[in-house]
Amino acid sequence: MKKSLLIYLLIICGPALYGQTDTSFFFSRVKQDSSKLKLNMDAVYNRPFLQMGKLPVSLGGYLEANSSYFSTDGISEGLSFQLPRLTMFMSASIRQRIKFMTEIEFEEGGREINIEFAALDLEFNPLFNLRGGVIMNPIGSFNQNHDGPKWEFISRPVSSTTIIPSTWSNVGFGLFGKYSKKNWVWAYEAYLSNGFDDKIINNNQNRTWFPASKANRDRFEESFNGVPLKTLKMAIRHRKVAEIGVSWMGGVYNKFKDDGLVLDKKRRLNFIALDINSTILKDTYLNGEWVWAYVDVPDTYIQQFGNRQQGGFLDIVQPIKKGKMLGWSESVLNVALRLEYADYNVGNFQELGLRIADHVYALVPAISFRPSAQTVIRANYRYERHRDLLRNPASQTGGFQFGFSTYF
Amino acid sequence: MNKRLLIFAIIIEALLILSCERITPRVPADDQILDGPVDGLSSAEKRRFLAGDAAFNDEIFTSETGLGSVFVATSCGSCHAGDGKGTLFTTLTRFGQTDGSGNKFLHLGGPQLQNRAIPGYSPESIPAGATFSRFTPPANTGLGLIELVADADILAMADPSDTDKDGISGVPNYGHLPSFVSPLPNAAPQNGKYIHRFGKKAAAYSLLHQTVNAYSQDIGISSSFAPFDVYSGLEIDPEISNLTINNVVFYLQTLKAPIQRDQGDPQVKQGKQTFIDLGCESCHKQDLKTGPSRVSALSNKTFHPYTDLLLHDMGSGLNDGYTEGSAKTSEWRTPPLWGLGLSPNSQGGQYFLMHDGRARSIEQAIEMHGGEADGSKGRFKKLAQSEQADLIKFLKSL
Repeated sequence: MKKSLLIYLLIICGPALYGQTDTSFFFSRVKQDSSKLKLNMDAVYNRPFLQMGKLPVSLGGYLEANSSYFSTDGISEGLSFQLPRLTMFMSASIRQRIKFMTEIEFEEGGREINIEFAALDLEFNPLFNLRGGVIMNPIGSFNQNHDGPKWEFISRPVSSTTIIPSTWSNVGFGLFGKYSKKNWVWAYEAYLSNGFDDKIINNNQNRTWFPASKANRDRFEESFNGVPLKTLKMAIRHRKVAEIGVSWMGGVYNKFKDDGLVLDKKRRLNFIALDINSTILKDTYLNGEWVWAYVDVPDTYIQQFGNRQQGGFLDIVQPIKKGKMLGWSESVLNVALRLEYADYNVGNFQELGLRIADHVYALVPAISFRPSAQTVIRANYRYERHRDLLRNPASQTGGFQFGFSTYF
Repeated sequence: MNKRLLIFAIIIEALLILSCERITPRVPADDQILDGPVDGLSSAEKRRFLAGDAAFNDEIFTSETGLGSVFVATSCGSCHAGDGKGTLFTTLTRFGQTDGSGNKFLHLGGPQLQNRAIPGYSPESIPAGATFSRFTPPANTGLGLIELVADADILAMADPSDTDKDGISGVPNYGHLPSFVSPLPNAAPQNGKYIHRFGKKAAAYSLLHQTVNAYSQDIGISSSFAPFDVYSGLEIDPEISNLTINNVVFYLQTLKAPIQRDQGDPQVKQGKQTFIDLGCESCHKQDLKTGPSRVSALSNKTFHPYTDLLLHDMGSGLNDGYTEGSAKTSEWRTPPLWGLGLSPNSQGGQYFLMHDGRARSIEQAIEMHGGEADGSKGRFKKLAQSEQADLIKFLKSL
């Protein structure tokens, strides 16, 4: 017993100790296939992985950490430091054309642990793949392509986290496929999954709030109402022009029937999103997303909970220096700007006939330095104006964020 | 180049850190906002104020935390944005009482209409035959000072028989106290009834009385003070703690009074004189004083709310046929004018004045005065345009 334990320790610890001085002995970087045209839907595999020897398992992850100083209408809580997320991913090639991938995220120092993605992919044909497990619903682009090190901005886009509740993943099944020809690639995704619940209009945000459904852990075990959430996306990309995606996600959010008794009519929600990314003027990168959300809120409920929302963002990233900087041979210095908007209640007051506000605008200039493609050090200034439901004078928030995000 | 770049980056970063407070949004001047505590609270009182502030402005009720099932709003702050006046969107409807004999529609959901419901429930509607009135939410500021005005001081301003023949005959609204309310110091009861002072009809005795009623009738939250479900009328467990209610009451008691702006402006000064000359001050009394209080910051202070806390007959134009307590249907409590200039900041940039927000400007509100205020209104209409402008500027400075 002791002998076998010793052998086991030698096997485990030996390479690990050696690995302290030479990571290539234990893990090696998986080379990315850059010949194929990549889409947002490929983001889940388009990450730097580490592989242990010839084992068919690859590991990876990323870490984000930052500091921030914000002030709203002159009132500040001071400087604080955050660890918004530590994400680990693992993929395995089970057999040819059978792959497994999982992404586990520890948010805010471990306060929340989420399985964001854990799916098996079976490829029957490039145009016909089956995916099942915990899938990321392909609505917009950010929900699928959200890794921190890919972005020059510390905060995630407001519309992509508060209208589309990124990262929005559910248990489900579906199909996806791609067709490529010369400089073109076309892709589709179609999934059925568990979905939202009535927390979206029964929450402590006092507005229709789709992220409230993320608090329902039961959605990984059973559907709230038995009606699947449907998500469809189509995307097309030209190598020299752009990628454009159109997506729809729709379902029923309320418990209309319980124990055989009809409690209410089926109340639907629908999202429609457009996303685009392109590189113009040689190396200016543009990336944007716009979403419209529609919810059937009961007429007798309070109007703070709106039946329409819309919002989006546009990121402009301009490299200003590339090459060797501070001893890193492939580093890049960028300036960037994000413009973003989210309107949580599109419509008019029944009593006043006036337009409801409850919207937020933000402007985020940024500087980022990438010593390598996998690591980004970012400094952002964020200016945000939030107008309340009644269109009272907007509250103004401004502040700095400084931090890094890196794959490992 | 790299060294220069590094130094440049370090300098920029250092400048950003050092200048954080300079290039982030500034605090609005104290006289431009209604929220904030009275000066002179102790450290313990400030903590209590903050706890009440969080409960009042941040606590949003859901069906899980007791909302409804029928309700008007989901939180206190929904109706009193920035502690200011509300709009038609958050208007309350009360129904079922036409005289001092009481509300005849309590068994049908009176006195307040809960016009919204959580999904799966139906909101109330006004029963056939019930008269009703709509009330826009008032500002919350300076209420602790008003609570501490001695009954004797209120009675000294009353003139039920109009003995001075000026046409103004303010009367207090007397009512019975609910079981959870204790008489305040300096109370002057009459036949077991006490002078009430809060609300459009002065139907609430104290801020505790007002707060408990608002949680129950506006949000549908039961408490140990009023342990009833507003939907079924059945007795249920409290959905809010006594501590939270007491903290909210303390918050309301210690919200600062609005600070007048532009006091030195000649036009404002002239407007103030016109206000007095027209007789507006007969009801909108400038100066009141508090009695002793356990909160020393509120104790024995003179303040300027521009109200006498009395009921006045405002004429047929403002008679909705509904009333509360001992008030007549045409009688309304003189609303404090302090904070009037800041009302648009909580009313979406507009004015919604008078008890139900029907007046869309200060001029319109003056025009709608009738009854005991007929004389003052007539004098206002005879003023030159510039004198009217002075008066309006003064009112907007409050």
